[in-house]
Amino acid sequence: MAVDILKEKHRSKVGEVVLGATSDQGGTRTHTVTIGGESTLPFLHFEGKMPNKPAVALEIWDTRPENWNPAFENYYGDVFDDPAAWAKKAVEEYGAELIMLRLASADPEDKNASAEECAENVKKVLGAVGVPLIVYGCGNNEKDNEVMPVVAEAAAGENLLLGVAEQENYKAVASACMAHQHNVIAQSPIDINICKQLNILIIEMSAALSNKIVIDPTVAALGYGIEYSYSIMERARLGALQGDKMLAMPMIGNIGMEVWKTKEANISEEEQPGWGETEGRGVNWETSTAMAYLQGGINMLVMRHPRSLKIVKEHIDELMKDNSY
Amino acid sequence: MIIIGERINGMFNDIKAAINNQDPTAVHEWAKKQKEGGARYLDINVGPGSSNPKEAMKFLIEATQEVSDLPLCLDSTNYDVVEEGLKVCKNPAMINSVPAEADKMDRVFTLAKEHDAEVIGLAKNQEGIPKDAESRMALAMELVATADAYGISADMLYVDPLVLPCNVAQDHGPEVFETLRQVKLVSDPPPKTVVGLSNISQGVKNRELINRTFAVMAMANGLDAAIADAADEELVAAVATARIILNMDIYCDSYVDVFKQQ
Repeated sequence: MAVDILKEKHRSKVGEVVLGATSDQGGTRTHTVTIGGESTLPFLHFEGKMPNKPAVALEIWDTRPENWNPAFENYYGDVFDDPAAWAKKAVEEYGAELIMLRLASADPEDKNASAEECAENVKKVLGAVGVPLIVYGCGNNEKDNEVMPVVAEAAAGENLLLGVAEQENYKAVASACMAHQHNVIAQSPIDINICKQLNILIIEMSAALSNKIVIDPTVAALGYGIEYSYSIMERARLGALQGDKMLAMPMIGNIGMEVWKTKEANISEEEQPGWGETEGRGVNWETSTAMAYLQGGINMLVMRHPRSLKIVKEHIDELMKDNSY
Repeated sequence: MIIIGERINGMFNDIKAAINNQDPTAVHEWAKKQKEGGARYLDINVGPGSSNPKEAMKFLIEATQEVSDLPLCLDSTNYDVVEEGLKVCKNPAMINSVPAEADKMDRVFTLAKEHDAEVIGLAKNQEGIPKDAESRMALAMELVATADAYGISADMLYVDPLVLPCNVAQDHGPEVFETLRQVKLVSDPPPKTVVGLSNISQGVKNRELINRTFAVMAMANGLDAAIADAADEELVAAVATARIILNMDIYCDSYVDVFKQQ
C-alpha cells in the first residue's frame, strides 16, 4: 500500500521586501536583494516554496570601532577609518551580499557627528559598493531622529533599509522612510506582542509601508537567551503562515553585534586554555548563533567576522538545495 | 471563529425594498458594513414571500459582488434558487443548508461538487431536531459519510448542530456544546462546525448579551463559524478576545482591529 505522506499546508506566506534600487528604478545599485516570500517553515522545500534565500550582510561602522575584538584588525585594520574602503573590502574581498552601516559616529557620547556628516558617510559607502545598503542609527533615539530624515533624503531613490523604529519611537524613522521610499526596520525587545503592535502602528501611519517593513525581533547570542529570540521568531513565522498579516514581514538579526559582546567570543586562550584558540572560538560562536536563527525563520543575518560570513553562506547554500519529494 | 455576516436578508425591510425596487444601495451598504465589522463570508437570503426568488437571489449576489470580494453563503431551502445563485458567484461559495435527508443531500452535494462549494449540513432530518448530542452526532456522521460518497472532503462541510432559543429549549444548550466537541472526532480531517448564532436568543430580552456569551462558550467547545451580525461591535470584540484566549491569534494591543481587518 502506498504511504500517504502528511505535509503541513499553510494558508498564507511571508511578504517579500525588495532592498536597493538599480538605475532603472531610480537608484545606483548594481542589483537588488529580495528577502522573504516563503510559504513554509525554513528550508522545508517539500512543504512549500522558499523563493529567496536568506541574505547575509557584513557590519561596518562609519567610525573606527574602539571596542571590537583585536582579531578584526587583521581584516579591517587598514580601512577602519574609511567607511567607503571598508565597505568595498567587505563586498569585494569577503563576499558580503549587503552592507550594514552603523552610524556610530553620531553617538553624542562618541564623536557626535552631525546628521549631514552621517549622510555624507552613507553617500560615500553607496559610491563605493553596488550592493543594497542597511543603515542603523547610533542607538540614541533623540540623535537618530535628527539623523535619519537627513540620511533618508540624501539617499532618496536608493531604497535603503533604515532603522530603527521602536514602539515608543517610530514616527521619525517611519516618516523618513515614507517620504523617501525607503524600507524600515521595526525593532521590538524580544516580544511578539510589541512586534505585532509596532507593525500595526507603522502601517496605520502609512499603508504604503506595509511591504517595506523588516522585523528586527532582537536576537540574543548563543548562551545569552537565544531560546527566547528563537521562539519569538518561530511564533512570528507560524503566525505569518497561518495568515497573520501583521507578523508576515521578513526578519533581520544583528548576529555579529550580539556575539562579539560575549565573554566566550572574547576571552583569551591564556585566560581560558581549555576553551581553545580565541578567534576561531568567536567565529564558531557567531556561526552557531546564526545557524540556529536560520532554522527559526530569519531572512537576513548581519555578521561581523568575514570568516563567519563565509561559513554561513556555504551553510545557506546547502540548506537551499531542493529537498522536496 | 469566522463570522458569516447575516444582514443581507430579504426578511429585513431595507433589503426587501432593495429587491423590489432593484436598487442595490442598501445591499452595498450592508455588504461593506459587515466586511468592515469582521465578516469573512456574507450570507445571502432572499427572505420569505419573494415572488421570483431566483431573480432576487441573482440580484442580491450581483449587488453584493459589486462592492465585496468576500465568498458568499447562499441561504435558501429552495435548491433551484441556490443553483441559480451558484452560477453567478465569482468565488467558490457556501450552500446554506442541507438536512440529513437522502434526497436533499443528493441534490446539494451534487451541486456542491459541481461548483466547488462548501456546504452547511444540519443535524436534523424528517423527524425534526434531536434533543441529545448522541442523536445529533448520528446525523452529523450521516452528513460526513454521504458528503464523502459524493467526493466532498469533510473539511468542506460545516456541521450545524442546530441551536434553539435559550428560553424555550434550555436543555439543548449543553447538548449543542457536546456535539461541537464530538463532531471533531468523526473524521480526519474533521468537518467544520457552524451555528446560526441569533437562534439562541429568539424571543428573549438581552439578545446581544446572550448571543456573544453563547459565541465565546461555543468557541471554547471548538466552534469554527457562526452566521451572525458583524455590525454588532461587542459581539465581534468578544469573538476577537476569545480567539486570543484560545491562542488562535497572537496578542497585540490592537487585536480587535486586527481581527476585523484579517
